[in-house]
Amino acid sequence: MVQPLNTLVETASQTGGPYVHIGCIPTFAGLGAVYPEDLGLQAIEPGAQGQIITITGEVVDGTGWAFRDALLESWQADAGGKFAGQSGADPKVTGFARFAADKDTGLWTLRTVKPGQVPTRDGRMQAPHISIWIAARGINIGLHTRIYFDDADNSTDPLLNRIEQRNRLPTLIAKTTAPGEYRFDIHLQGAQETVFLDI
Amino acid sequence: MTDLGPLVPRRRDMHPVPYDPEYKTSVTRSPNWPLLSMESTPSEETGPRFGHSLIGPLDNNLILNWSKDGTGAIGERILMHGRVMDEFGRPVPNTLMEIWQANAGGRYRHVRDTYFAPLDPNFGGCGRTLTDDQGRYQFLTIRPGAYPWPNRGNDWRPMHVHISVFGHSFGQRLITQMYFEGDPLIARCPIAATVKSRSQLDALVAPLDLSMSRPLDYLAYKFDIVLRGRRQSMFENKLDGL
Repeated sequence: MVQPLNTLVETASQTGGPYVHIGCIPTFAGLGAVYPEDLGLQAIEPGAQGQIITITGEVVDGTGWAFRDALLESWQADAGGKFAGQSGADPKVTGFARFAADKDTGLWTLRTVKPGQVPTRDGRMQAPHISIWIAARGINIGLHTRIYFDDADNSTDPLLNRIEQRNRLPTLIAKTTAPGEYRFDIHLQGAQETVFLDI
Repeated sequence: MTDLGPLVPRRRDMHPVPYDPEYKTSVTRSPNWPLLSMESTPSEETGPRFGHSLIGPLDNNLILNWSKDGTGAIGERILMHGRVMDEFGRPVPNTLMEIWQANAGGRYRHVRDTYFAPLDPNFGGCGRTLTDDQGRYQFLTIRPGAYPWPNRGNDWRPMHVHISVFGHSFGQRLITQMYFEGDPLIARCPIAATVKSRSQLDALVAPLDLSMSRPLDYLAYKFDIVLRGRRQSMFENKLDGL
Protein backbone atom coordinates (compact mmCIF):
# COMPACT_ATOMS: atom_id res chain seq x y z
CA MET A 1 0.00 0.00 0.00
CA VAL A 2 1.01 3.59 -0.51
CA GLN A 3 -0.33 6.87 0.70
CA PRO A 4 -3.37 8.14 -1.18
CA LEU A 5 -2.60 11.01 -3.57
CA ASN A 6 -5.74 12.90 -2.64
CA THR A 7 -5.73 14.70 -5.95
CA LEU A 8 -8.96 14.94 -7.92
CA VAL A 9 -9.64 13.89 -11.49
CA GLU A 10 -10.88 16.42 -14.01
CA THR A 11 -14.60 16.05 -14.70
CA ALA A 12 -15.18 14.07 -17.87
CA SER A 13 -16.20 16.10 -20.90
CA GLN A 14 -19.44 15.40 -22.76
CA THR A 15 -20.56 16.63 -26.15
CA GLY A 16 -22.19 20.06 -26.29
CA GLY A 17 -24.88 18.40 -28.39
CA PRO A 18 -27.01 19.86 -31.18
CA TYR A 19 -28.36 22.68 -29.02
CA VAL A 20 -25.10 24.06 -27.62
CA HIS A 21 -26.20 27.41 -29.04
CA ILE A 22 -29.11 27.59 -26.59
CA GLY A 23 -26.69 27.70 -23.69
CA CYS A 24 -23.84 29.69 -25.21
CA ILE A 25 -25.40 32.06 -27.76
CA PRO A 26 -29.13 32.00 -27.02
CA THR A 27 -29.99 35.04 -29.13
CA PHE A 28 -28.37 33.39 -32.15
CA ALA A 29 -30.33 30.23 -31.26
CA GLY A 30 -33.59 32.17 -31.50
CA LEU A 31 -34.42 32.41 -27.81
CA GLY A 32 -34.72 36.17 -27.97
CA ALA A 33 -33.46 38.51 -25.34
CA VAL A 34 -32.91 36.19 -22.38
CA TYR A 35 -29.64 38.10 -21.91
CA PRO A 36 -28.96 41.64 -23.21
CA GLU A 37 -26.63 40.15 -25.83
CA ASP A 38 -24.78 36.94 -26.58
CA LEU A 39 -21.41 36.50 -24.88
CA GLY A 40 -18.30 37.11 -26.98
CA LEU A 41 -19.97 38.97 -29.84
CA GLN A 42 -16.70 40.75 -30.51
CA ALA A 43 -13.06 40.27 -29.57
CA ILE A 44 -12.33 43.98 -29.94
CA GLU A 45 -14.00 47.31 -29.28
CA PRO A 46 -13.69 50.43 -31.43
CA GLY A 47 -10.25 51.96 -31.01
CA ALA A 48 -8.33 48.71 -30.64
CA GLN A 49 -4.67 49.11 -31.56
CA GLY A 50 -3.21 47.23 -34.48
CA GLN A 51 -4.32 45.75 -37.76
CA ILE A 52 -8.00 44.82 -37.93
CA ILE A 53 -8.40 41.50 -39.68
CA THR A 54 -11.21 39.17 -40.70
CA ILE A 55 -10.84 35.41 -40.78
CA THR A 56 -13.43 33.23 -42.49
CA GLY A 57 -13.69 29.48 -42.73
CA GLU A 58 -15.63 26.26 -42.46
CA VAL A 59 -15.55 23.32 -40.11
CA VAL A 60 -15.56 20.22 -42.29
CA ASP A 61 -16.41 16.67 -41.18
CA GLY A 62 -14.91 13.41 -42.46
CA THR A 63 -17.31 13.25 -45.41
CA GLY A 64 -16.27 16.69 -46.67
CA TRP A 65 -19.42 18.38 -45.37
CA ALA A 66 -19.06 21.85 -43.85
CA PHE A 67 -21.38 21.26 -40.93
CA ARG A 68 -23.78 23.91 -39.72
CA ASP A 69 -23.85 23.41 -35.97
CA ALA A 70 -20.25 24.13 -34.94
CA LEU A 71 -19.63 26.58 -32.10
CA LEU A 72 -16.19 28.18 -31.96
CA GLU A 73 -14.37 30.26 -29.38
CA SER A 74 -11.18 32.24 -29.81
CA TRP A 75 -8.69 33.62 -27.31
CA GLN A 76 -5.73 35.79 -28.21
CA ALA A 77 -3.31 38.50 -27.19
CA ASP A 78 -3.59 42.12 -28.30
CA ALA A 79 -1.30 43.62 -30.94
CA GLY A 80 1.40 44.08 -28.31
CA GLY A 81 1.32 40.44 -27.20
CA LYS A 82 -0.57 41.13 -23.95
CA PHE A 83 -3.66 39.27 -22.80
CA ALA A 84 -6.65 41.09 -21.32
CA GLY A 85 -6.03 41.67 -17.63
CA GLN A 86 -2.23 41.77 -17.96
CA SER A 87 -0.46 45.01 -17.20
CA GLY A 88 -0.14 47.16 -20.33
CA ALA A 89 -2.83 45.29 -22.23
CA ASP A 90 -4.95 47.22 -24.75
CA PRO A 91 -8.24 47.95 -22.91
CA LYS A 92 -10.11 47.74 -26.22
CA VAL A 93 -9.14 44.11 -26.79
CA THR A 94 -11.16 41.55 -24.85
CA GLY A 95 -9.35 38.83 -26.78
CA PHE A 96 -12.33 36.48 -26.50
CA ALA A 97 -14.93 35.79 -29.15
CA ARG A 98 -17.65 33.24 -29.68
CA PHE A 99 -18.99 32.57 -33.15
CA ALA A 100 -20.91 29.89 -34.94
CA ALA A 101 -21.04 28.30 -38.35
CA ASP A 102 -23.80 29.90 -40.41
CA LYS A 103 -27.01 27.88 -40.35
CA ASP A 104 -27.27 27.97 -44.16
CA THR A 105 -23.70 28.06 -45.46
CA GLY A 106 -21.55 26.64 -42.67
CA LEU A 107 -19.24 29.65 -42.89
CA TRP A 108 -17.97 31.37 -39.74
CA THR A 109 -16.27 34.76 -39.46
CA LEU A 110 -13.99 36.22 -36.81
CA ARG A 111 -13.19 39.94 -36.83
CA THR A 112 -10.36 40.90 -34.53
CA VAL A 113 -6.90 42.46 -34.33
CA LYS A 114 -3.85 40.62 -35.49
CA PRO A 115 -2.21 39.38 -32.29
CA GLY A 116 1.34 40.17 -31.25
CA GLN A 117 3.93 37.63 -30.19
CA VAL A 118 3.65 35.77 -26.88
CA PRO A 119 6.55 33.88 -25.29
CA THR A 120 6.53 30.28 -24.08
CA ARG A 121 7.17 29.57 -20.39
CA ASP A 122 10.91 29.31 -21.05
CA GLY A 123 11.01 32.62 -22.90
CA ARG A 124 11.09 31.53 -26.53
CA MET A 125 8.91 33.68 -28.79
CA GLN A 126 5.90 32.14 -30.44
CA ALA A 127 4.69 33.36 -33.81
CA PRO A 128 1.43 35.36 -33.72
CA HIS A 129 -1.51 33.04 -33.28
CA ILE A 130 -5.12 32.84 -32.12
CA SER A 131 -6.22 29.92 -29.95
CA ILE A 132 -9.39 28.20 -31.12
CA TRP A 133 -11.74 25.81 -29.32
CA ILE A 134 -14.51 23.93 -31.13
CA ALA A 135 -17.62 22.34 -29.64
CA ALA A 136 -20.45 20.57 -31.47
CA ARG A 137 -22.68 17.53 -31.54
CA GLY A 138 -20.45 14.50 -32.13
CA ILE A 139 -17.40 16.18 -30.59
CA ASN A 140 -17.04 14.43 -27.23
CA ILE A 141 -14.27 16.66 -25.93
CA GLY A 142 -13.70 20.19 -27.22
CA LEU A 143 -11.02 20.50 -29.89
CA HIS A 144 -8.16 22.95 -29.41
CA THR A 145 -6.18 24.30 -32.34
CA ARG A 146 -4.45 27.53 -33.37
CA ILE A 147 -4.63 29.96 -36.26
CA TYR A 148 -1.25 31.22 -37.49
CA PHE A 149 -0.80 33.62 -40.41
CA ASP A 150 0.83 33.13 -43.82
CA ASP A 151 2.26 36.67 -43.81
CA ALA A 152 4.11 36.24 -40.49
CA ASP A 153 7.47 34.61 -39.80
CA ASN A 154 6.49 31.22 -38.45
CA SER A 155 9.92 29.64 -38.85
CA THR A 156 10.94 29.56 -35.18
CA ASP A 157 7.58 28.91 -33.56
CA PRO A 158 8.07 26.20 -30.92
CA LEU A 159 4.69 24.55 -31.48
CA LEU A 160 4.87 24.52 -35.27
CA ASN A 161 8.36 23.11 -35.08
CA ARG A 162 7.14 20.11 -33.11
CA ILE A 163 5.07 18.92 -36.06
CA GLU A 164 7.01 16.08 -37.63
CA GLN A 165 4.95 15.85 -40.82
CA ARG A 166 5.77 19.20 -42.37
CA ASN A 167 3.03 18.65 -44.92
CA ARG A 168 0.52 19.16 -42.07
CA LEU A 169 1.84 22.63 -41.22
CA PRO A 170 -0.46 24.47 -43.65
CA THR A 171 -3.49 23.18 -41.71
CA LEU A 172 -2.62 25.70 -38.96
CA ILE A 173 -1.86 28.69 -41.19
CA ALA A 174 -4.53 31.13 -42.36
CA LYS A 175 -4.15 32.15 -46.00
CA THR A 176 -4.36 35.76 -47.11
CA THR A 177 -7.27 36.29 -49.52
CA ALA A 178 -7.25 40.12 -49.60
CA PRO A 179 -5.57 42.82 -47.52
CA GLY A 180 -6.58 42.10 -43.91
CA GLU A 181 -8.63 39.06 -44.88
CA TYR A 182 -7.77 35.44 -44.30
CA ARG A 183 -9.22 31.99 -44.91
CA PHE A 184 -8.89 29.20 -42.35
CA ASP A 185 -10.79 25.94 -42.83
CA ILE A 186 -10.83 23.33 -40.10
CA HIS A 187 -10.92 19.69 -41.18
CA LEU A 188 -11.79 17.14 -38.53
CA GLN A 189 -10.64 14.19 -40.64
CA GLY A 190 -9.08 13.29 -43.98
CA ALA A 191 -5.85 14.13 -45.77
CA GLN A 192 -6.16 17.77 -44.72
CA GLU A 193 -7.00 16.99 -41.07
CA THR A 194 -6.16 20.00 -38.93
CA VAL A 195 -3.51 19.55 -36.28
CA PHE A 196 -5.41 19.52 -32.98
CA LEU A 197 -3.66 20.24 -29.72
CA ASP A 198 -3.28 18.61 -26.32
CA ILE A 199 -1.86 21.61 -24.52
CA MET B 1 2.75 38.62 -11.21
CA THR B 2 2.65 35.27 -9.43
CA ASP B 3 3.27 32.37 -11.80
CA LEU B 4 0.59 29.79 -11.09
CA GLY B 5 2.51 27.19 -13.07
CA PRO B 6 1.81 25.20 -16.22
CA LEU B 7 -1.48 23.40 -16.69
CA VAL B 8 -1.45 19.77 -15.64
CA PRO B 9 -1.70 17.71 -18.85
CA ARG B 10 -5.14 16.30 -19.52
CA ARG B 11 -5.66 12.63 -18.68
CA ARG B 12 -7.35 11.66 -21.91
CA ASP B 13 -8.24 8.20 -20.55
CA MET B 14 -10.45 9.95 -17.99
CA HIS B 15 -12.42 11.63 -20.79
CA PRO B 16 -14.77 10.20 -23.40
CA VAL B 17 -13.26 8.52 -26.43
CA PRO B 18 -13.56 10.90 -29.40
CA TYR B 19 -14.61 8.09 -31.76
CA ASP B 20 -17.45 5.82 -30.70
CA PRO B 21 -19.50 4.06 -33.41
CA GLU B 22 -22.43 3.70 -31.00
CA TYR B 23 -22.68 7.52 -31.04
CA LYS B 24 -22.96 7.88 -34.78
CA THR B 25 -22.21 11.58 -35.19
CA SER B 26 -18.82 11.09 -33.55
CA VAL B 27 -17.74 8.80 -36.41
CA THR B 28 -17.19 11.65 -38.88
CA ARG B 29 -16.36 14.35 -36.30
CA SER B 30 -13.50 12.73 -34.38
CA PRO B 31 -9.91 13.46 -35.42
CA ASN B 32 -8.11 10.36 -36.68
CA TRP B 33 -4.59 11.50 -36.02
CA PRO B 34 -2.94 11.97 -32.63
CA LEU B 35 -3.20 15.33 -30.93
CA LEU B 36 -0.01 17.39 -30.69
CA SER B 37 1.05 17.54 -27.05
CA MET B 38 3.06 20.41 -25.64
CA GLU B 39 3.56 22.19 -22.33
CA SER B 40 1.03 24.96 -21.88
CA THR B 41 2.01 28.53 -22.77
CA PRO B 42 0.44 31.82 -21.69
CA SER B 43 -1.98 31.36 -24.61
CA GLU B 44 -3.58 28.43 -22.75
CA GLU B 45 -2.86 29.57 -19.18
CA THR B 46 -4.68 32.88 -19.53
CA GLY B 47 -8.34 33.13 -20.41
CA PRO B 48 -11.33 35.44 -20.48
CA ARG B 49 -12.70 36.69 -17.16
CA PHE B 50 -16.26 37.82 -16.71
CA GLY B 51 -17.56 40.19 -14.07
CA HIS B 52 -20.71 40.43 -12.01
CA SER B 53 -21.99 43.22 -14.25
CA LEU B 54 -22.60 40.55 -16.89
CA ILE B 55 -25.04 38.59 -14.75
CA GLY B 56 -28.69 39.58 -14.43
CA PRO B 57 -30.64 38.87 -11.23
CA LEU B 58 -32.65 36.00 -12.76
CA ASP B 59 -29.89 34.53 -14.91
CA ASN B 60 -29.48 31.49 -12.61
CA ASN B 61 -33.23 30.96 -12.20
CA LEU B 62 -34.52 29.00 -15.18
CA ILE B 63 -37.98 28.77 -13.64
CA LEU B 64 -38.44 32.53 -14.03
CA ASN B 65 -35.80 33.87 -16.44
CA TRP B 66 -37.89 33.33 -19.57
CA SER B 67 -41.28 34.04 -18.08
CA LYS B 68 -43.05 37.11 -19.44
CA ASP B 69 -45.48 37.57 -16.55
CA GLY B 70 -43.87 35.80 -13.59
CA THR B 71 -45.59 32.47 -14.22
CA GLY B 72 -43.08 29.77 -13.39
CA ALA B 73 -41.94 27.04 -15.77
CA ILE B 74 -43.80 23.74 -15.67
CA GLY B 75 -42.03 20.81 -14.03
CA GLU B 76 -40.47 19.40 -10.91
CA ARG B 77 -38.65 22.23 -9.16
CA ILE B 78 -35.00 21.49 -8.38
CA LEU B 79 -31.98 23.26 -6.97
CA MET B 80 -28.78 22.32 -8.76
CA HIS B 81 -25.73 23.25 -6.72
CA GLY B 82 -22.11 22.38 -6.13
CA ARG B 83 -18.53 23.60 -6.27
CA VAL B 84 -16.05 24.18 -9.04
CA MET B 85 -12.50 23.28 -8.03
CA ASP B 86 -9.24 22.20 -9.63
CA GLU B 87 -7.44 18.87 -9.49
CA PHE B 88 -5.67 19.95 -6.30
CA GLY B 89 -8.99 20.75 -4.61
CA ARG B 90 -8.53 24.51 -4.80
CA PRO B 91 -11.76 26.41 -5.37
CA VAL B 92 -12.23 28.12 -8.75
CA PRO B 93 -13.93 31.38 -7.77
CA ASN B 94 -15.65 33.92 -10.03
CA THR B 95 -15.79 31.69 -13.05
CA LEU B 96 -18.64 31.73 -15.54
CA MET B 97 -20.92 28.70 -15.72
CA GLU B 98 -23.60 28.38 -18.37
CA ILE B 99 -26.26 25.66 -18.47
CA TRP B 100 -28.91 24.59 -20.97
CA GLN B 101 -31.51 21.87 -20.93
CA ALA B 102 -34.77 20.51 -22.31
CA ASN B 103 -38.09 21.38 -20.67
CA ALA B 104 -40.04 19.03 -18.43
CA GLY B 105 -41.43 17.21 -21.47
CA GLY B 106 -38.01 16.66 -23.03
CA ARG B 107 -38.25 19.40 -25.66
CA TYR B 108 -35.66 22.09 -26.40
CA ARG B 109 -36.62 25.58 -27.47
CA HIS B 110 -34.81 25.24 -30.79
CA VAL B 111 -35.95 25.39 -34.39
CA ARG B 112 -34.33 22.02 -35.08
CA ASP B 113 -35.98 20.16 -32.20
CA THR B 114 -39.04 18.57 -33.83
CA TYR B 115 -40.05 16.27 -30.95
CA PHE B 116 -43.80 16.65 -30.45
CA ALA B 117 -43.65 17.20 -26.69
CA PRO B 118 -45.02 20.74 -26.25
CA LEU B 119 -42.95 23.84 -25.63
CA ASP B 120 -43.53 25.53 -22.30
CA PRO B 121 -44.36 29.21 -22.93
CA ASN B 122 -42.55 30.15 -19.70
CA PHE B 123 -39.38 28.12 -20.18
CA GLY B 124 -36.41 29.11 -22.33
CA GLY B 125 -33.88 26.56 -21.13
CA CYS B 126 -30.64 28.44 -20.49
CA GLY B 127 -29.02 30.06 -17.46
CA ARG B 128 -25.69 31.33 -16.23
CA THR B 129 -23.93 32.37 -13.06
CA LEU B 130 -20.52 33.17 -11.58
CA THR B 131 -19.11 30.93 -8.86
CA ASP B 132 -18.62 32.69 -5.52
CA ASP B 133 -15.29 33.17 -3.73
CA GLN B 134 -15.41 29.52 -2.59
CA GLY B 135 -16.19 28.23 -6.09
CA ARG B 136 -19.82 27.51 -5.19
CA TYR B 137 -22.77 27.90 -7.57
CA GLN B 138 -26.55 27.41 -7.55
CA PHE B 139 -29.23 27.19 -10.22
CA LEU B 140 -32.97 26.94 -9.68
CA THR B 141 -34.58 25.03 -12.52
CA ILE B 142 -36.99 22.22 -13.39
CA ARG B 143 -36.03 18.60 -13.89
CA PRO B 144 -35.56 18.13 -17.65
CA GLY B 145 -37.46 15.34 -19.33
CA ALA B 146 -35.87 12.37 -21.08
CA TYR B 147 -36.36 12.36 -24.85
CA PRO B 148 -35.81 10.21 -27.93
CA TRP B 149 -33.13 11.11 -30.44
CA PRO B 150 -32.14 9.83 -33.85
CA ASN B 151 -29.10 7.59 -33.43
CA ARG B 152 -29.64 3.84 -33.20
CA GLY B 153 -33.17 2.53 -33.65
CA ASN B 154 -34.52 3.44 -30.21
CA ASP B 155 -32.16 5.73 -28.30
CA TRP B 156 -33.32 7.97 -25.47
CA ARG B 157 -31.29 10.58 -23.66
CA PRO B 158 -31.42 10.32 -19.88
CA MET B 159 -32.48 13.45 -18.02
CA HIS B 160 -29.52 15.80 -18.21
CA VAL B 161 -28.36 19.38 -17.92
CA HIS B 162 -25.56 20.64 -20.19
CA ILE B 163 -22.87 22.65 -18.39
CA SER B 164 -20.18 24.93 -19.81
CA VAL B 165 -17.39 26.16 -17.51
CA PHE B 166 -14.59 28.58 -18.33
CA GLY B 167 -12.18 28.29 -15.40
CA HIS B 168 -9.42 30.88 -15.46
CA SER B 169 -7.44 29.44 -18.37
CA PHE B 170 -8.49 28.83 -21.95
CA GLY B 171 -6.92 25.37 -21.56
CA GLN B 172 -9.39 24.58 -18.74
CA ARG B 173 -12.40 25.07 -21.01
CA LEU B 174 -14.93 22.31 -20.42
CA ILE B 175 -18.41 21.31 -21.52
CA THR B 176 -20.04 18.39 -19.77
CA GLN B 177 -23.45 17.03 -18.78
CA MET B 178 -25.01 16.38 -15.39
CA TYR B 179 -27.19 13.27 -15.04
CA PHE B 180 -29.60 12.45 -12.21
CA GLU B 181 -29.25 9.71 -9.61
CA GLY B 182 -31.39 6.68 -10.30
CA ASP B 183 -32.17 7.32 -13.98
CA PRO B 184 -32.25 3.91 -15.74
CA LEU B 185 -31.53 5.55 -19.10
CA ILE B 186 -27.97 6.53 -18.09
CA ALA B 187 -26.73 2.96 -18.46
CA ARG B 188 -28.38 2.75 -21.90
CA CYS B 189 -27.16 6.07 -23.31
CA PRO B 190 -24.46 5.91 -26.00
CA ILE B 191 -23.35 9.48 -25.24
CA ALA B 192 -22.84 8.76 -21.53
CA ALA B 193 -21.11 5.53 -22.61
CA THR B 194 -18.42 7.46 -24.51
CA VAL B 195 -16.87 7.82 -21.02
CA LYS B 196 -15.18 4.45 -20.58
CA SER B 197 -14.00 4.93 -16.98
CA ARG B 198 -16.75 3.77 -14.63
CA SER B 199 -15.68 6.14 -11.85
CA GLN B 200 -15.63 9.06 -14.28
CA LEU B 201 -19.13 8.23 -15.53
CA ASP B 202 -20.34 7.94 -11.93
CA ALA B 203 -18.91 11.40 -11.32
CA LEU B 204 -21.32 12.80 -13.94
CA VAL B 205 -24.34 11.61 -11.94
CA ALA B 206 -25.62 14.10 -9.35
CA PRO B 207 -26.91 12.60 -6.12
CA LEU B 208 -30.17 13.70 -4.57
CA ASP B 209 -29.19 16.06 -1.74
CA LEU B 210 -31.98 16.29 0.80
CA SER B 211 -29.83 18.45 3.07
CA MET B 212 -30.13 21.30 0.58
CA SER B 213 -33.71 20.53 -0.49
CA ARG B 214 -36.25 23.07 0.67
CA PRO B 215 -39.30 21.55 2.32
CA LEU B 216 -42.53 22.04 0.36
CA ASP B 217 -40.58 23.78 -2.44
CA TYR B 218 -37.74 22.01 -4.30
CA LEU B 219 -35.46 18.97 -4.31
CA ALA B 220 -31.70 19.55 -4.52
CA TYR B 221 -29.06 17.77 -6.60
CA LYS B 222 -25.37 18.29 -5.91
CA PHE B 223 -22.87 18.37 -8.75
CA ASP B 224 -19.23 19.25 -8.15
CA ILE B 225 -16.98 20.02 -11.13
CA VAL B 226 -13.22 19.54 -11.32
CA LEU B 227 -11.14 21.53 -13.80
CA ARG B 228 -7.51 21.05 -14.79
CA GLY B 229 -5.05 22.20 -12.15
CA ARG B 230 -1.78 24.10 -12.46
CA ARG B 231 1.45 22.59 -11.25
CA GLN B 232 3.35 24.72 -8.75
CA SER B 233 6.83 23.89 -7.59
CA MET B 234 9.52 26.12 -6.16
CA PHE B 235 11.95 24.81 -8.76
CA GLU B 236 10.22 26.07 -11.86
CA ASN B 237 7.69 28.80 -11.11
CA LYS B 238 9.56 31.19 -8.81
CA LEU B 239 6.48 31.62 -6.69
CA ASP B 240 6.04 34.59 -4.48
CA GLY B 241 6.97 33.60 -0.95
CA LEU B 242 8.89 30.46 -1.87
